[in-house]
Amino acid sequence: MSSGDPGHALLLDRGNLKRRNRVNRLVEVSSTIATLLAVAVLLIVVGSVISKGIGALSIHFLTTPMGLFGDTSGGISNAIVGTGIIVGIAALMAIPVGLLVAIFTTEFASPRIGHPIRFVLDLLNGVPTIITGIFVYGLMVAGNKQSGIAGSVALAIIMLPIVARTAQEVLTLVPGTLKEAAYALGVARWRTLLRVTLPTAAGGLLTGALLAVARVAGETAPLILVCSIFGQGVLTEPNEALASIPVFIFQSSESPSPEAHTQAWAAALILIAFVLVLNVVARAFYARSRKRMGA
Amino acid sequence: MEAGALGNPVLRARRNRIDRIGDPLLRGLSGLAAALAVVVIVAIAYEVIHLAWPAITKFGIGFLTTNDWNPVTERFGAAPFIYGTAVTSAIALLFAAPLSIAISIYLTELAPSRVRRPVATLVDMLAAIPSVILGLWGILVLGPFMHDTIQPALKSTLGFLPIFSGDPSAFSYLTAALILTIMTTPIITSVTREVFETVPGELKEGAYALGATRWEMVRQVVLPYSRAGIVGATILGLGRAIGEAIAVAQVIGGATGINVSLFHTGSTMAAQIAAQFQGAPGALQKPSLAYLGVILLVFAVIVNVVARLIVQRGSLKDVDVTPTEAEAL
Repeated sequence: MSSGDPGHALLLDRGNLKRRNRVNRLVEVSSTIATLLAVAVLLIVVGSVISKGIGALSIHFLTTPMGLFGDTSGGISNAIVGTGIIVGIAALMAIPVGLLVAIFTTEFASPRIGHPIRFVLDLLNGVPTIITGIFVYGLMVAGNKQSGIAGSVALAIIMLPIVARTAQEVLTLVPGTLKEAAYALGVARWRTLLRVTLPTAAGGLLTGALLAVARVAGETAPLILVCSIFGQGVLTEPNEALASIPVFIFQSSESPSPEAHTQAWAAALILIAFVLVLNVVARAFYARSRKRMGA
Repeated sequence: MEAGALGNPVLRARRNRIDRIGDPLLRGLSGLAAALAVVVIVAIAYEVIHLAWPAITKFGIGFLTTNDWNPVTERFGAAPFIYGTAVTSAIALLFAAPLSIAISIYLTELAPSRVRRPVATLVDMLAAIPSVILGLWGILVLGPFMHDTIQPALKSTLGFLPIFSGDPSAFSYLTAALILTIMTTPIITSVTREVFETVPGELKEGAYALGATRWEMVRQVVLPYSRAGIVGATILGLGRAIGEAIAVAQVIGGATGINVSLFHTGSTMAAQIAAQFQGAPGALQKPSLAYLGVILLVFAVIVNVVARLIVQRGSLKDVDVTPTEAEAL
């Protein structure tokens, strides 16, 4: 660490105060501009989605299934239902497993086992989602057919490291004194976990789950591979391929027709509203939960 | 009720029996879940290699350097896509890394404490936008803007450079790189910001006491102290950039050749898989796409491991380089 040098260098610089202040000002201004730029891009993207999508948004759009390919008179009710089913099943698979992984690493595993598992979770988090799609294609679709459940498995694999890592973090925030108090009263480990640790951490755990849901609700790549050719009308059978909002946006965005683009914007508006609201709610829970644990 | 149970010897005996099962059961179940996570990552590697096997045996290692993607002659190579991935990711990081450092400087050193949290939250929200929506915006808003304004401007000022030659195109390497910049900036920022916050206040105050301006303090205290974290964060951003399939597939145009001009259409490994896998015939094209997946997976694993090693070397073990969703809060 070169923390010894600065003073030396600064003293040599002293002669040119005006220049130094100008450089400083320049950096301050460009840092501020960089931040404004990032916020502006967010506002421009969200603004585009709202302004271009709001016109096509109607009760009809929300309650009518898609038309045949190229027919833009329909809506996206089947995609809304499909996304609900695919993401719902994925959450049912990933949240309990992710929570159990976190419990294992924080409560039972020695560092010698815990570290490798954390590492594996980080690796899993780093696997491109399109690769997860290829994996589930080979596992469930090749020699078979596309299905909503295949989509759910892919999304669950993407959710797993997110749920597990956030849960790990929240569980380690639970004050050790609470658990020790329970142990001192002779309460068994699993009872302590169910009655003390998990309720204390509930808000943070919910945050992780909500963020994971928000993350996969817009996930498109694996669904293109394992759940993108679906029948007409509102389908609810997970063994069949189901429509979904992200796949609808993707397919409409590739179409040359302006009507299809308008529909894509409207679907994007629904998706972005859902994702951003989930994020805001999750943040609120997290802040409350941290306060409760005195962190 | 609980206290009563402990008082009653019969109930207490039953409780002890349940506890004797409960603890090992919980340990077993959670251990099983952890083992499942390990199994999944191994199974992913196995299955992708398995699907790619016909292409691996047919094309061998030469696949990496073959500059051809021809379904008619069934000659497939990864070179155009490795090139596309490298070019788009490199440009994205060239923009995103300095931007992220600047944003982190603003958020940790400049911003009034009242706006600090809200602005940080807004920057994080950029990462929450689904990639398919960013891609839609890329096709219909950014692409035309690139075609009409940015590319002609670049051409007229820097057109002598081969990378800015040729006709403007809404779909291009450059458009894809900008979309990737938007995606990676919040990820890199969330880590660098966290690293900046760990710089000891005494060091900063020491620099100020010696008469340093704010920038001199940042350059000589914050940046050297955070070097490992910044590099690690950038490499994690690289991991995100090379793996992004959908948004890139939407805006890069899908050409399967190598082109020096950034205005030209192209493709990346991830985008090519997203664009073709679903409709590709199974004999050789699908395995070739899976082969691209194998290469991509190897890159992704290396990038993740390297990022972690760098940060650990920099003795910043308390800073977690994985931008898990909770840390984005």
